[in-house]
Amino acid sequence: METLERIIAEHPFFAGLESYYTGLLTGCASNVRFNAGVYIFKEGEPADNFYLIRSGKVALEILPPHNRPINVETLTEGEILGWSWLLPPYIWSFHAHALQETRAIALDGKCLRSKCEQNHDLGYEVLKRFGQIMSRRLQATRIQLLDMYAQK
Amino acid sequence: MAILETIPVVADPMLPQPYVVQRVDKETPDTFSLTVDPQDGVDDVAFKPGQFSMLWVFGVGELPISISGDPAQRGRLVYTVRSVGKATNALVSRKVGDGIGVRGPFGVGWPLEVARGRDVIVVAGGIGLAPLRPIIYEVLQNREQYGRLVLLYGTRSPRDVLYRKELAVWARQPEMQVLTSVDYGGLSWHGHVGVVTTLFKYARLHPSRSVAMICGPEIMMRFVTRELEMQGLKREDIYVSMERNMKCGVGLCGHCQYGPYFICKDGPVFPYERIRPLLDKYEL
Repeated sequence: METLERIIAEHPFFAGLESYYTGLLTGCASNVRFNAGVYIFKEGEPADNFYLIRSGKVALEILPPHNRPINVETLTEGEILGWSWLLPPYIWSFHAHALQETRAIALDGKCLRSKCEQNHDLGYEVLKRFGQIMSRRLQATRIQLLDMYAQK
Repeated sequence: MAILETIPVVADPMLPQPYVVQRVDKETPDTFSLTVDPQDGVDDVAFKPGQFSMLWVFGVGELPISISGDPAQRGRLVYTVRSVGKATNALVSRKVGDGIGVRGPFGVGWPLEVARGRDVIVVAGGIGLAPLRPIIYEVLQNREQYGRLVLLYGTRSPRDVLYRKELAVWARQPEMQVLTSVDYGGLSWHGHVGVVTTLFKYARLHPSRSVAMICGPEIMMRFVTRELEMQGLKREDIYVSMERNMKCGVGLCGHCQYGPYFICKDGPVFPYERIRPLLDKYEL
């Protein structure tokens, strides 16, 4: 049987993290499963967790005014869902909608923030990894904004 | 007389040949594929994947359109056209049995000889899948000559996805991976959402033994080439297809000049290494 610590250590997001830190993370982790169709969180709700997706598919949806939600990004196995837990005001900016049955490791944001405050080396490792994700997604969003396939 | 008979007949590249529309397939709300055969039934027209033709809609105008059909079907030509203006609208409004004029095929195609024995990575954006489709036909029909085939295809929205049925068939082919993404998905779209570069994390690539061929908007090709380099592909193994306002098709008129090149004659397919210094120059 796979232990939480092993699953976290083997997740691509935490690849290369020392086992001591993986142990610290495990103290904030729990296994979760979402059925297809459920909302994992909604815009405006407190951002208490983030998720290491183990399987399934999650859509990030945004609500345009007077319209139905738009799926702006999908996340699948090996990816990270959510970084609003990391920065004040700790509120979700999107809906997260499970498109398929999704298994994930949930990490308690408050617990992890507290550990990062106590151990800045851990905090730096976590921030480095989230920084990369933020950078790549910002880049992707900028390309998306170009609407490059539109008729010119 | 005897002398004349020994001179091979070379078709005048400026003279449109009469073709007849055999099929019109609606691919998306504004994009159609036209299948045309020579009016005289002579099936000696061969093309290389990546080449284009100049299509005449008589009384309306002439358009450069990439050939999107199967290169093994000699004589029969397929063009996928998005209706964006008067001439393209007139072209996609042709009915079965209508005539059009065809000049070509013109230009330098995809370097399939370089790809033989290697994995082929095809990256398409929007209607850019059309000039890449002949590569897919070629590889699938000559499977033993090529390695894995990976298709990464990005479009604006689910309604803009071309060749849906074929994508589904290709996805089931052995040694082929098909990844499709849209920039914006509705609630009914359960596929991947994100720009085409986000598909690379799902692609099973072997950069050292791969050749990449890209076609789409130039901005997309710039980002894709960067991503391919980050994945470990060498610049010399990357090829892109460029588009400009081609008119004569044979490098005479200069309408499609791009730096020192004429897209119609020197391209439309170029080695990325050769065209890279020009890609960042918005003045071109």
